[in-house]
Amino acid sequence: MAENGAERPLLLEVKGLKKYFPIRKGFFSTRTVGYVKAVDGVSFFIREGETLGLVGESGCGKTTTGRLILRAYEPTGGEIWFNDRKMGRVNVTNLDRQQLKQLRQNMQMIFQDPYSSLNPRMTLLQIVGEPLLVNGVARGGDLQDRVAELLRVVGLRPEYMTRYPHAFSGGQRQRIGVARALALNPQLVVCDEPVSALDVSIQAQTLNLLQDLQAEFGLTYLFVSHDLSVVEHISDRVAVMYVGKLVESARTQQLFLKPLHPYTEALLSAVPKPDPRRRTEPIVLQGDVADPANPPSGCYFHPRCRYAIERCSQEEPQLRELGEEHFVSCHRADELSLQGVASAAMAV
Amino acid sequence: MNDNRELLVEVKDLKTYFFLDEGTVKAVDGADFNIRRGETLGVVGESGCGKSVTARSILNIVPKPGKTVAGEILYHRKIKGAEQTLDLTQMAPQGDEMRGIRGAEIAMVFQEPMTSLSPVHTIGNQIGEAIRLHQGLDPDTARDLAIKTLSLVGMPLPERTIDQYAHQLSGGMRQRAMIAMALSCHPSLLIADEPTTALDVTTEAQILTLMRRLQDELGMAIMYITHNLGVVAQMTERVVVMYMGKVVEQADVDTIFYDAQHPYTRALLQSIPRLGQKTHDRHRLASIKGMVPDPYALPKGCAFHPRCGAVKPGLCDQVEPTMVEIAPGHKVRCHLCANRA
Repeated sequence: MAENGAERPLLLEVKGLKKYFPIRKGFFSTRTVGYVKAVDGVSFFIREGETLGLVGESGCGKTTTGRLILRAYEPTGGEIWFNDRKMGRVNVTNLDRQQLKQLRQNMQMIFQDPYSSLNPRMTLLQIVGEPLLVNGVARGGDLQDRVAELLRVVGLRPEYMTRYPHAFSGGQRQRIGVARALALNPQLVVCDEPVSALDVSIQAQTLNLLQDLQAEFGLTYLFVSHDLSVVEHISDRVAVMYVGKLVESARTQQLFLKPLHPYTEALLSAVPKPDPRRRTEPIVLQGDVADPANPPSGCYFHPRCRYAIERCSQEEPQLRELGEEHFVSCHRADELSLQGVASAAMAV
Repeated sequence: MNDNRELLVEVKDLKTYFFLDEGTVKAVDGADFNIRRGETLGVVGESGCGKSVTARSILNIVPKPGKTVAGEILYHRKIKGAEQTLDLTQMAPQGDEMRGIRGAEIAMVFQEPMTSLSPVHTIGNQIGEAIRLHQGLDPDTARDLAIKTLSLVGMPLPERTIDQYAHQLSGGMRQRAMIAMALSCHPSLLIADEPTTALDVTTEAQILTLMRRLQDELGMAIMYITHNLGVVAQMTERVVVMYMGKVVEQADVDTIFYDAQHPYTRALLQSIPRLGQKTHDRHRLASIKGMVPDPYALPKGCAFHPRCGAVKPGLCDQVEPTMVEIAPGHKVRCHLCANRA
């Protein structure tokens, strides 16, 4: 995958994306006393047909980034260039309502919680058929045929069409969410923690399904997750976020074997290894994640970083390319030699 | 494996059922295992397999309409040098004796630190309550002890945190407060029910390191309930695998990861993505087909047979397998392993 990936055209290019949420004071007044910089100048790209994994801890802005790309949130700043099948290369941040509707046919989302993301009062036919109906793609008998086909594609029986979501287990509901996302044959699917609410055996089924669908329909995924093992498994490239900023991005193997940012190193070391013969020795980070409303000076990670020098607390590092397609924002990235994960042999 | 540490808890053929209008859910239906003093036992399984209900049965806090209908939970305690064995299932849930054990000798840390801490009491209040009730100390001494326990679990600025409320703390700090509360009376068994599942991976690493350190210092046994096989591998000595209310396999942790015999254990291990395993071509994860059966209508015979890759028709779908010890300390509930005993 990685070898021929380089020649593929870009599908999505995000430049300096920002989203600041205002902090308001008082019950009735709307006086703004500060901003939570949920996403603060994030840049990355995704090629056609590839999967970009976006990882980070809760509150780092990864979900917000995913939603900004679909313009479910209005960005505070930055550009989102998308190579739309019909409209050509467009800046998502400048589109009007009509164009957005057009755009969202080609950009869809799968949500984390398969319980709250499906309307309990709608049947599968209504849930999966809604995008087709709204966009005037199909109706009546044609709609039923399309929904039946979609259900079959995600491994559900077409007869289930008349049932309601409560009749299904978590894994099946996630398949319903996938079927809905695929209804309009999108180019890009933003998957926001699609497997984190599922049991391990169901998680494996869902990951396999996503991979099969990608191969069959040439889908491009932005895969948002906090689970590094899952991200490594499914992604071609991975981007790591910390407190609203992108700290490192690289091809999956590169990032996992030779990380360049101390935060990535700490994240990788913290994952408990499912092998009792190999002890995990986590680099235990001191303190808590920085507050995005009141971030530290310089590099946001410096108070917890064991390699921090004076410069780190004064000057904010910029994202720069070190090695092919390996971007990192750390002052000391060239001099440090950080520990990645060793290649794991299967225990069983 | 030979282990000559004394037995602390013996769970024998435990059955805890929930009597609902729709039918009876056999949440725990024949759980057998032991916990020795100072040992870390992992209990693994998917949601609904009965691992949390087993823990609650030990503490005698099964929520209604659930009830322990059969089996024994023998708890071996030492009081002033004398040995005493109690059957926890026979004790009244609200009785003085059970309340004296719960929280003091057997303590529990829950998954969701936000919902298991009281939002209207300070952290100090909640830890102090356990200390005052179980150790009969006066409020000032209890407060000092609470501060000491908070610093033991690595809480920054314990003198300040003690007067804060749960919502003022981060997830990791809340979980530390929960652990402090559980440890405040020096229990001989700590039941940790998915204590790090709601936490981020770097916070999880902090908490796991902390629990390991505390166990070294205080010497309590830990029953670690989780579905995260990475945590099991790193934290436990012995593992109990549960499926649909039954223990299907138990052995020491190395055997579970390197020589598992039950098809369910093997399938679970193969279905998880592992760090560093990625190869150039995209391999698929080996998933377990189908889904967890409906608890109201368990399949006949072995509950795993509809999803099992090695099912023997006529045997697995008819006869329920029994637990067989195939090697010292390695027990499996599977027809296919039965003749290896």
